[in-house]
Amino acid sequence: MKEVLSQAKKMAEHAEIFQISSKVTPVHFEANLLKQIQSKENVSTALRLIKNGRVGFAQANGFIEPKTLAEMAAETCEFGMPAKFDFPKPKVYPKIETFDSQIDNVTIEDMVKLGEQLIASIRQHTPDIICEVSATKGIISVDIINSEGGEASYSKSFFNLSLEGVLIKDEDMLFVGDSHSSCHPLLDFTPIAEEVIKQLELAKRNVSIETKQMPVIFTPHGVASSLIAPLVSAFNGKLVLDGASPLKNKLGEQVFDKKFSLWDDATIPYQVASYPSDDEGVPSQRIPLVDNGVVSHFFYDLQTAALANTQSTGNGSRHGGLPTPSPSSLVIGKGNISFRDMVRDIKEGLVVELLIGAEQGNILNGDFSGNVLLGYKVEKGEITGRVKDTMVSGNVYQILKQIEAIGEETRWVEGFLSTPCLYCTGLSVTTKMR
Amino acid sequence: MRDRIVNSLQGHAADYIEIRLEETRITRIVYRGDRLEEVGRTSSLGGNVRALVKGGWGFVSFNNINKLLDKVDLAIRQAGLTAKEDFKLSQTEPVIDIVANEKSEPMNTPLASKKQLLDEYNDIILTTPKIRTSSIGYYDSQRKITFANSEGSCIEQTKADINLRLTAIASQDGQVQQVGLSIGSPGDFSAIKGLQEQVKQMAQRAVELISAPQAKGGEYTVVLDPVLAGVFVHEAFGHLSEADHVYENKRLQEIMVMGRRFGDKSLNIVDGAAVPGLRGSYKYDDEGVPATKTYLIREGTLESRLHSRETAAKMGEKTTGNARAISYLYPPIVRMTNTYIEPGTLSFKEIISDIKEGIYAKDWYGGTTSLEMFTFSASEAYMIRNGKIAELLRPVVLSGNVFVTLDNIDAIGNDLQMNQGGGCGKGGQSPLPVANGSPHIRIRRCLIGGS
Repeated sequence: MKEVLSQAKKMAEHAEIFQISSKVTPVHFEANLLKQIQSKENVSTALRLIKNGRVGFAQANGFIEPKTLAEMAAETCEFGMPAKFDFPKPKVYPKIETFDSQIDNVTIEDMVKLGEQLIASIRQHTPDIICEVSATKGIISVDIINSEGGEASYSKSFFNLSLEGVLIKDEDMLFVGDSHSSCHPLLDFTPIAEEVIKQLELAKRNVSIETKQMPVIFTPHGVASSLIAPLVSAFNGKLVLDGASPLKNKLGEQVFDKKFSLWDDATIPYQVASYPSDDEGVPSQRIPLVDNGVVSHFFYDLQTAALANTQSTGNGSRHGGLPTPSPSSLVIGKGNISFRDMVRDIKEGLVVELLIGAEQGNILNGDFSGNVLLGYKVEKGEITGRVKDTMVSGNVYQILKQIEAIGEETRWVEGFLSTPCLYCTGLSVTTKMR
Repeated sequence: MRDRIVNSLQGHAADYIEIRLEETRITRIVYRGDRLEEVGRTSSLGGNVRALVKGGWGFVSFNNINKLLDKVDLAIRQAGLTAKEDFKLSQTEPVIDIVANEKSEPMNTPLASKKQLLDEYNDIILTTPKIRTSSIGYYDSQRKITFANSEGSCIEQTKADINLRLTAIASQDGQVQQVGLSIGSPGDFSAIKGLQEQVKQMAQRAVELISAPQAKGGEYTVVLDPVLAGVFVHEAFGHLSEADHVYENKRLQEIMVMGRRFGDKSLNIVDGAAVPGLRGSYKYDDEGVPATKTYLIREGTLESRLHSRETAAKMGEKTTGNARAISYLYPPIVRMTNTYIEPGTLSFKEIISDIKEGIYAKDWYGGTTSLEMFTFSASEAYMIRNGKIAELLRPVVLSGNVFVTLDNIDAIGNDLQMNQGGGCGKGGQSPLPVANGSPHIRIRRCLIGGS
């Protein structure tokens, strides 16, 4: 890295090197049986330059001559955007635990056993189910240095266990699943087994539903698959800056229900989306995005923050190119109503566990519309069975403006979202006529 | 290099071993509004080893291409841990070949020319009255892949890909509407030139959407344009025909039995990398199997499915050359290539003339499938009233059940067009270059989400 920096300094006034190396071991089960064991090692080095006030960028995966990388980046400076920011000077980073050395002690045999136990416990409940399971462990190291003397470095361990099951009866397919992630090794399969068995129990019977407006309870998976994509785009500082977010000019305003609070939090110990430094050397923070219904912050990287006359929130994240604002972990505040009581309150409604295709609508406007891959009908306060051939449509700003109730328990889904159940009203449910 | 790979494959205790090395160069240009956000280059060097022992796979990927033998040993050890029972891959003739890409233009076109073209499109969007902002993502890549296996194949292929996505965003009174356009080509830069008129119309439509009503949710007779019908055939049927979903699943095999009727006699669905000149075209797949053109559905009935060497062997069917990996970081899996509905005889006018009330849906935002249920979304939609195109609607999301919807196609147009934009995602490997296509089609009783 030092060599890349010294080559880069010969060609440009300012330079920054971001290096990430990873070693990941996934173990895959297909159709209930162990199928493939992988080992993946990857190193990538990204160079960002500021030359004559313009930003240049190049990245190399695998080995590259430092001089070649510097030349590639320098060539793009001529066309690059004007730099409105400086690379961070040396900073003090918060101490955030993201590494558990126990991950090294987990053997492939342990992971195989974990997968076998998980599949066996699901099949004991439902012998005909076909499961795909992945157990993955990994370690990544991030190093950042820049020409202003800034330096950031940390390691992260992670472990993920996930299951997707399909149960086919005639031409009816039922999909169930769950996954858990942590920086600690996860060697207990029972939370996933219990969740999946609960889904199988609730979906035992197919029931019909009518086309009309009705209340919907989004479970944590339901929240992740229905409501999160529009919210993430609306709080992205870049979309706010462009005027492509409906929340532009809404800072400090009551846009959501008073019960609704949302944070971006990169500081939670041992969460896989946590980090002490973002991908451009800015210390991480916990940022309130919605505080009791009031829009309180957007999330930014360095360049976007500078263009918007504000500070980076430590949300600069790289996806194979230059840093761009992205959430770390999102946390929705919990309420005080149990799932049971929410269901009891509904005369006719729907529980959405998983919506597919919801992010294909006009998410900029907050619209979502998707097919209920897993969802249950509620009649007179009881879950009566699973619905099929049904779509749910709504607008996040309308449905989160007045939330009927927020659940008292939260859980992590997809490794980056901690949320309770949300009980909302006024959703459009559309179904096939029989 | 070639000798080193071939030598590393000799004399191991595995049923099958393959090595793949890959060199990639990528250029990326991103605009948001009038800001050119990113001009960047990426260069990648890496490879992988895949080994098969008694039906179990080991896979090792790496950037450091030294010590290839150690990686082969590791892959074999991992495969040994997953070994189950004797198994042989489907037989194919070993191939020795070098395939050059005749269109290596993305690398030869100067950055300044690429930027000039994108500047022009961006100006057209941003100077359209009431447009708030734009978003443009341009990407081109050139890959050189060297593949060799323990059966004596050794293939060098060079592939190029270009992908452009333009989006116009209009906003007024807290309402935000967007319309996008996706274009791609297997390396031919001129494919993304000359879009000025299309870009202008796209921006104007984004503005019109602000005042357009939303469709009322329900079942409709819908007519899909060739672009959206291409996404439909990819999502609604293409994924289900990928044999890796079926080969270990007895129940699904009973449902997907050859000869089963899926649609009307006029319905023919094809996938094939051997169809030349498209983003999903190639000579050999990532297991070194020659590309084919495969009829998935012929005259309404299931005729074949897409295979890797493993799925073909397990199901006792012929290989089709559909094993693809997005990069050296992943093992090849069964994927689509160029997927399309063959043209019928009807004109667009004939297709819509007897529809009293329906929806005409055009162009795509996206699509996804669970195999049984699928959704796909149009970025442009109109009501059809009394056989004529009527008012503009907000974008619609369509959904259906594959076992019912294909049979509800009751009219197929004569105007096949291939769509080269976007890409396909599966098993964490996205976006893979593919092409989809279709003529205009009409579907009865299609579910549309809405107010």
